[in-house]
Amino acid sequence: MSEPATPGKASADADDEATDADATGRTDTEDETAERRREAATRAPGTGAGAVVAALEAAGVETAFGVQGGAIMPVYDALSASTVDHVTMAHEQGAVHAADAYGIVRGDPGVCLATSGPGATNLVTGIADASMDSDAMLALTGQVPSDMVGSDAFQETDTVGVTAPITKHNFFASDSDDVGRTVGEAFALAGTGRPGPTLVDLPKDVSFGQTDRPVGEPTPPKRSVPTPAADEEQVEAAADAIQRAERPLCLFGGGVIKGDATEEARAFAREFGIPVVTTMPGIGSFPEDDDLCLSWAGMHGTGYANMAITHTDCLIAVGTRFDDRLTGGVDTFAPEAEVVHVDIDPAEISKNVHADYPVIGDAATVIDQLDAAIGYGDAPDPEAWREQCAEWREEYPMDYAIDTDEPVRPEFVVEAFDAATDDDAYVTTGVGQHQMWAAQYWTFREPRTFVSSHGLGTMGYGLPAAIGARIAADDDRQVVSFEGDGSFLMTIQELSVAVREHLDITVVVLNNEYIGMVRQWQDAFFEGNHMASDYDWMPEFDTLAEAFGAKGFRIDDYDDVEDAVEAALAYDGPSVVDAHVDPEANVYPMVASGAANGLFALSEDQL
Amino acid sequence: MSGDDDRSDAAERAGDAGDPTPDGGSTHPAESPLAERARPADADAPTTGLSGPRPEERPHPTGRRDEHGVRKEPDQGPEPARRATVSALVEDEPGVLARAAGLFRRRQFNIESLTVGPTTVEGHSRITLVVEETEAGIDQAKKQLAKLTPVIAVGELSGDAVAAELVLLKVRGQEPDKVHAITSMYDGQTLDAGPRTITVQITGDENQIDDAIDAFDQFGIIEMARTGQTALERGDSPTTPGEEPGHSAADTDDDEFTNYDD
Repeated sequence: MSEPATPGKASADADDEATDADATGRTDTEDETAERRREAATRAPGTGAGAVVAALEAAGVETAFGVQGGAIMPVYDALSASTVDHVTMAHEQGAVHAADAYGIVRGDPGVCLATSGPGATNLVTGIADASMDSDAMLALTGQVPSDMVGSDAFQETDTVGVTAPITKHNFFASDSDDVGRTVGEAFALAGTGRPGPTLVDLPKDVSFGQTDRPVGEPTPPKRSVPTPAADEEQVEAAADAIQRAERPLCLFGGGVIKGDATEEARAFAREFGIPVVTTMPGIGSFPEDDDLCLSWAGMHGTGYANMAITHTDCLIAVGTRFDDRLTGGVDTFAPEAEVVHVDIDPAEISKNVHADYPVIGDAATVIDQLDAAIGYGDAPDPEAWREQCAEWREEYPMDYAIDTDEPVRPEFVVEAFDAATDDDAYVTTGVGQHQMWAAQYWTFREPRTFVSSHGLGTMGYGLPAAIGARIAADDDRQVVSFEGDGSFLMTIQELSVAVREHLDITVVVLNNEYIGMVRQWQDAFFEGNHMASDYDWMPEFDTLAEAFGAKGFRIDDYDDVEDAVEAALAYDGPSVVDAHVDPEANVYPMVASGAANGLFALSEDQL
Repeated sequence: MSGDDDRSDAAERAGDAGDPTPDGGSTHPAESPLAERARPADADAPTTGLSGPRPEERPHPTGRRDEHGVRKEPDQGPEPARRATVSALVEDEPGVLARAAGLFRRRQFNIESLTVGPTTVEGHSRITLVVEETEAGIDQAKKQLAKLTPVIAVGELSGDAVAAELVLLKVRGQEPDKVHAITSMYDGQTLDAGPRTITVQITGDENQIDDAIDAFDQFGIIEMARTGQTALERGDSPTTPGEEPGHSAADTDDDEFTNYDD
């Protein structure tokens, strides 16, 4: 890449033409973009590798993340002459998480590349992560030449076999003439219906092979395209149940965001005055500063959200898979509720929690159908229930007092950054206590602004995700990454990429010198035996950041917070704030594994 | 450090809308966060954990769900497992059987047998599975199978479907006449007969095969190979939903086939 600016961005002095609706900073008009895609779909690609790249261009891919290597070299060679920007990452795990986050922010599949063998196996964690969170992503992996497959050749791994359980589908390319279409199909499939990661394994001879067959438009397999609208009978039955309810509750999951249904979901809840809780992946589907919103439920969700789930008589669940972190013990989950379950994937219906009223379809379409089926004035206004929820909000506040002589509270650092950033800033996280504090104490208002690893719980996700989010986002949107000391150290090498690309991101390490979530559990359930969780061997992250060429800041006590927040956000480039927080701080509320949501503990003695 | 006069530029710049909820539900104060949070130690908010009624002080509904998340009376016992034969029409591509088998292993569905073979349609195969699961487990197995990209359609066979299995039995050859008699009794065939061993083939439904094995046991079964069940729906009912009997490359006569597309 020749320009030092953010990849995929035009330089600032470019012409101000009418731009794409997604306002990505590119200066092509929609017509130019469509024309470029048409050209890529119809040209003679020359080689298999050329076809792979043509397929990416025909799909409208602007950015790909990856690491070079022997078996993928022909594809990289073809990529060098492509309109697709390539961001070289320090490690394939960085590439896959960056692609994942890029896809989350953009709403289109992110793309990552790796070579065969160790390159491909380094993607596995990130592919599994995308699979658990239903993130649309395309992974392209090099493979040894076809005639060597199965011979345990150098850098050979059965990538299709290894990734079969963690992909929506994967493909082994066997023919230079077909490989472009296969890549297009894999890309389209990733974003169709319930999103998920797909992978195409590219043997080197297939990439090198000659082909003049145009790749065509990316098309998913016909069978994989679900019908958006739900069955009218299902809709009517669900609408009746909602109208009968005295204590209805909306539960908005990640599917509301993936299905671009936030507008419909918000309008629905507001029209009928139904309180809203979200899941963790559903954070941002409903503004958390709205009176109707009870924030998110589950293991570390708010007390009031868990009370509402415990006492609702009609749970309107949209785009959620009832993960165990949300439900606690299934036997005590929403014990009074008839469950309306809206999902695009029929296999999610009654998988974990029985759906009394399954409604299978696209979230936005189905919510509109439900809205029409209920009709104006037909649903009683659940005013008393709303008041009850408001009472719970007062009874179980997410509230704490600070003593300025004590070590800094991590929640306070989160709130300080929230106060100093725009309402539409992106937040990425690693996994652990810091992730929970970020989710609890940052007020999210918009979909796709909370970029985190939910289902798999991948430590190390935050920094590469911040890189992907930064490159995907508009220039005027801020990106803050909350990290734990343990999480940050797992993918810290990607800081070199942020420096090289001059990415304006702010990394906030809530450094308690523990893998704190493990330490919290050890204190609660293992008699405080801190086996392998004491991280007093951490490097000085602010100094280390400077060694990478980033800007380092340090917080030791409350007096440091304001200046560090301001300076780190103001710095135009990657900055790292090493915030030394209270090592004893724990995450509450907490529902013990398998316990009832309504029995959430507010302190350790209640566990 | 303390005080309400301590409002940061950053907070000012952020231009917060302030607290939109009268009940303190917002975590977004108009004041600088420090001014908001710094309170004397005897304030309401705790410095460890959170405030609020303890678990035992809260109202709790008495309702319960079973392991499948179905609301029920607590005294109901666990759901019984049943056997189901599931047929899947699949694209005949490399790895499709591994995907199906891997799915069942990964999701811990209890699988009795799995057979696969071509159909009359070029490029299509049929996988027949026998699973033993609860109603919810069978439902989930069918749905997860249907979700695999190469799977075209999935159907569960009804109770009166036709099902068959094949077993090869190699028994000791000391009593050839008796072996032959039992082979005939089960409409089997003798595939190989020598001075020391006799190998027979028996086909039938699962019970017939089980009976035959018991009957041959008296001679001493040296080796056995059993295919597992394959099955089709009876009469006009399609085996998998929407299935249209197609044409193998050799077939040209359309009239032989009923089109089930209604």
